Amino acid sequence: MSFMFDERLDGALPTVDKAAVTSRLHEVLPHMTLLSEPEDLRPFECDGLSAYRTVPMLVAMPERIEQVQTLMRECRALNVPVVTRGAGTGLSGGALPLERGLLLVMSKFKSILSIDPEARLARVQPGVRNLAISEAAAPFGLYYAPDPSSQIACSIGGNVAENAGGVHCLKYGLTVHNVMALEVVTLEGERLTLGSEALDAPGFDLLALMMGSEGMLGVVVEITVRLLPRPEVAKVLMASFDDVSKAGGAVADIIAGGIIPGGLEMMDNLAIRAAENFVHADYPVEAAAILLCELDGVDEDVHEQCRQVREICAAAGATDVRQARDEQERARFWAGRKAAFPAVGRLAPDYYCMDGTIPRHRLPEVLHGIADLAEEYELQVANVFHAGDGNMHPLILFDASDDDQRERAEVLGGRILELCVEVGGSITGEHGVGREKINQMCSQFNSHEIECFHAVKRAFDPAGLLNPGKNIPTLARCAEYGGLHVHHGELPFPELERF
Amino acid sequence: MSELSSRRRDSADGVLADDSAALCEQVGEASAKGTPLAIVGGNSKAFYGRPVTGEALDVRGHRGIVHYDPVELIVTVRCGTPLSELEATLAQNGQQLAFEPPRFAPGATVGGMVACGLSGPRRPWAGAVRDHVLGTRLITGEGRQLRLGGEVMKNVAGYDVSRLVTGALGSLGVITEVSLKVLPQPPQGMTLRLELDAERAARNLAEWGRQPLPLSGACHDGEALHVRLEGGEGSIRRAREQLGGEQVSAAFWEALREQQLPFFNDPRPLWRCSLPATAPGLALAGDWLIDWAGAQRWLKSDAEPAHIRATVSEAGGHATCFTPNAASPFTPLPRALLHYHRRLKAELDPAGIFNPGRWYAEL
Ligand SMILES: Cc1cc2nc3c(=O)[nH]c(=O)nc-3n(C[C@H](O)[C@H](O)[C@H](O)COP(=O)(O)OP(=O)(O)OC[C@H]3O[C@@H](n4cnc5c(N)ncnc54)[C@H](O)[C@@H]3O)c2cc1C
Repeated sequence: MSFMFDERLDGALPTVDKAAVTSRLHEVLPHMTLLSEPEDLRPFECDGLSAYRTVPMLVAMPERIEQVQTLMRECRALNVPVVTRGAGTGLSGGALPLERGLLLVMSKFKSILSIDPEARLARVQPGVRNLAISEAAAPFGLYYAPDPSSQIACSIGGNVAENAGGVHCLKYGLTVHNVMALEVVTLEGERLTLGSEALDAPGFDLLALMMGSEGMLGVVVEITVRLLPRPEVAKVLMASFDDVSKAGGAVADIIAGGIIPGGLEMMDNLAIRAAENFVHADYPVEAAAILLCELDGVDEDVHEQCRQVREICAAAGATDVRQARDEQERARFWAGRKAAFPAVGRLAPDYYCMDGTIPRHRLPEVLHGIADLAEEYELQVANVFHAGDGNMHPLILFDASDDDQRERAEVLGGRILELCVEVGGSITGEHGVGREKINQMCSQFNSHEIECFHAVKRAFDPAGLLNPGKNIPTLARCAEYGGLHVHHGELPFPELERF
Repeated sequence: MSELSSRRRDSADGVLADDSAALCEQVGEASAKGTPLAIVGGNSKAFYGRPVTGEALDVRGHRGIVHYDPVELIVTVRCGTPLSELEATLAQNGQQLAFEPPRFAPGATVGGMVACGLSGPRRPWAGAVRDHVLGTRLITGEGRQLRLGGEVMKNVAGYDVSRLVTGALGSLGVITEVSLKVLPQPPQGMTLRLELDAERAARNLAEWGRQPLPLSGACHDGEALHVRLEGGEGSIRRAREQLGGEQVSAAFWEALREQQLPFFNDPRPLWRCSLPATAPGLALAGDWLIDWAGAQRWLKSDAEPAHIRATVSEAGGHATCFTPNAASPFTPLPRALLHYHRRLKAELDPAGIFNPGRWYAEL
C-alpha cells in the first residue's frame, strides 16, 4: 500500500505536454512566476506528510486574482490537473503534487487587506499565516479564534480548505464557525463570492460546503474572518491522573457540570515525557495522563469555574491539580501541549500523526485498542487528545528509511482509523483526508455516500482536474480496499468487480 | 420490516417511529416517474419561499429522539419530531439549542427547522442552525438514505453535505435525521431595557462588541434597546452595572423570536433585511425593528420590492420577503453563482423532484 497516485485505482490522468503548457502559460501570463526547472520544483515535492514526495511538473505562483482566473481557464482548456498549495503544513498529503500536474502555490497572496475593529472583521488573502491575523488584530483587543498548533506557519487558505481546528475549538468553533465570506475561483475561471459581511447570504450554503473541501472545488483567493474580543482573563489548570480512564471520566464530568472550557486537552504518559524533555513545561512525568483545562471569560465567572473544575477533577480521582499562578506559568503549561508533535517527533526519526474523532465516552476502550494495536505492529504510539471534542491525535513513531517499519506504520495508522469508525467516530477531525486516508473513506462511507460526494465534485469540476486523487476515493479503489478489509464478514462494495 | 415492528413507543421521549423505508419508497417512485414532491413537516414555515406544486411527502411519521447523551453534547433526532418535544427533552437536562430556532406554529418540526435554517435572537453570539449541524441522514434522488457527517463534534471526512442541505429548503433531498450540537443552558440570564434611539444603540453595540461582555441578545424595537445578558452571576452583575437600564422580563425574546411583538401586527409586507451589523440606517419608507445587534433588520413597508432589494444590496446585505409573495421572496443570485446552484441541484436531484421552485423558479 502506498499513498502515491495510482492510475489503476485513482483514474487515468491526462497526458500533458510540459513544453507546450509552459510556453502557453508564459504567453498568457507573462508576469506570473512559473517554475519549471527541477531544482526550483524540488522544495514543493511534499507537504507536512513528508514521507511522501512527488516533484510537480510546474509550479505557478500568481499574485493577483485575475491571474488565478486566467490560469484556471488555461489549465482547463489544456487539460492540466491543478493541485493548490498554501503553506504546505497539511498532514494528510492534500497538497501532494502530481508528476503530470501543475502546483498552484498561493504564498504570494500574503496581504492583510483590512481590519475593521468596529465590525470585528478581517479581510485577508489566503497566503496570510493564521497567527498573523491575530497579531494584526491585537492592537484592537481582538483576535482570530481558531488556533491550530501549526499557526505560526499554516496559511488561512489552507485552514479553510481543511476546516482547521485548534485547542480552543470546543468553545470558539472551527474554521467553519469563524469565516464570514470567501472569494473563490472555480476551474472555469469564475469568481464567486460566498457568504458576506452580513450573517447569511441567499442561496445554498456554499460557504460551508467550501470549508474542508481540500482544494477540490475551487481556489480560495480571499477570506473574511470574524474577530473576537480577547477574553478578560484566562486560567489554566493541570490535573494529573494515574489512569487514563479516570482522566476521561473527569472530562465527562466537567461537561456534565455545564462548563464549556476554552480548551480541554489530554496527553498520555509518552506524550507527557516527550514534551517535558523538549520544553520543560513542568509536567508530572510519572502521570498516566494529564488534563489541561483552560477557563476564560470574565474574571468573576472564571474564578468560580476554576473552583468547580478543581473539585470535579479531585472527585474523578486526580492525583494532583495545579492552577498556573501567572501568565508565564500558563504559557509554559500550553507550550508543552503545543509542542507535543515535534516533541514526540524527537523520539524517533519519523512520526505519523493520526486524527480520528470518537464519541468521548468511548475514549478508554479506544486507548486500550490503540495500545493493543501498537503492540501487534511493534511500534510506539503517543497520544495527544483534544479531549473536549473527542479528537484524538495518536502519534506513531517509526523510521521511514526502513521500508518494513514504514509499511507497518501505515497499516497501524489505518487500523486506528478503522477503530474510530467502529466506535461511531470519524477518520479525520481536522487534518483532512488528502491522500493519506483515502482508503479509510471506504470504511466510513458506503458506495452511495461516496457517489454523492462525487456528485458534489462534478457540479464544480466535471473534468476532475482539481486535486485529482485526493479526498474522495474512486469506487474502484474502495472495491480493492474492501477486498483487503472485510468487515463483519461483509464486503463493503459487493456490487463492484474486484481487481 | 413490518409497519408494526418498526414503530415503538418510548414513554420518556414521546413516539419513536421509523418511517424512513416508506419515505425512501415514495421518493424512489417519484424519481422514477419524475413526479415533483412537496416535502411537508409541521407546515409552520410554509410561507417561507415560493409555493411548490407537487405530491405531498409528509415526514411527520418519522419521528423521535434516536440518541441523546447529554455528556456528549450531541442529540440525534428524526425530522418529524416536534421542535417543542426536542427542546423540552433538552431542557430537562439543562441543555438547549443555542441558536434559538423560531417555531412560528406549535407543530414545527426539527426537519423544517434544519431545512429553513432560521435562527433566533442569540444567532450573532451562538451561531446559526448550520453551525450546530454535525450530521444528517438524507434521502437523495434515487430514493436512498445516506448518512453524512456524524455524531462527533469534529469531522472533515468528505464534503460537508449536511451543512449544504441546512437552509436549502428541501431542494436537495429529504433530511430524515439530524445530529445537532447542544449546549448547557447559561447559569444565569437577565434582560435590560435601555431608553436609547436606534442610532445611539448601534453605536453602543459596536463599542460593547469589542468588550468581553456576556451579551446574547440585542434588539431595538423602535423605542428602546433590549439587551440580554447570559453567563455566570458575577459577570452579569458587573455588566448590569456597566450598561444601566431597567430590568425587564425575558419573555421579550420569545415574543421577538416568534414574531409576536406589536411591531409584527401590521398589514404591510414584512421584509427580513440581513445586513452587516455596522451598516448605517437605510433610507426606506416603513417601520424598523432591529435585531441581532444590527445584523437582522425587520422592515414593515409598502415600498417596491425592487427598491427594497436594491437599497439593502447596496448596503452589503440581502432582503427576503416574509409575507407570502409568490413571485420572488429571495434575492436573486448573480449569474455565476446561480450556475453552480443549478449544477448542484442537477447532480443531487437529477429528476428535479425535491421542492422544485421553492427557492427560485430556476431551481
Ligand atoms: C506541527 C503541526 C501541527 C498541526 N496542528 C494542527 C492543529 O492543531 N489543527 C489543525 O487543524 N491542523 C493542524 N495541522 C495541520 C495543518 O497545519 C493544517 O491542515 C493547515 O490548515 C494547513 O494549512 P496550509 O496552508 O499549510 O495548507 P497546505 O498544506 O498547503 O494545503 C492543505 C490543503 O488545502 C488546500 N489548499 C491550500 N490553500 C488553498 C487555497 N487557497 N484554496 C483552495 N485550497 C487550498 C490544498 O490543496 C490541500 O488540500 C498541524 C500541522 C503540523 C505540521
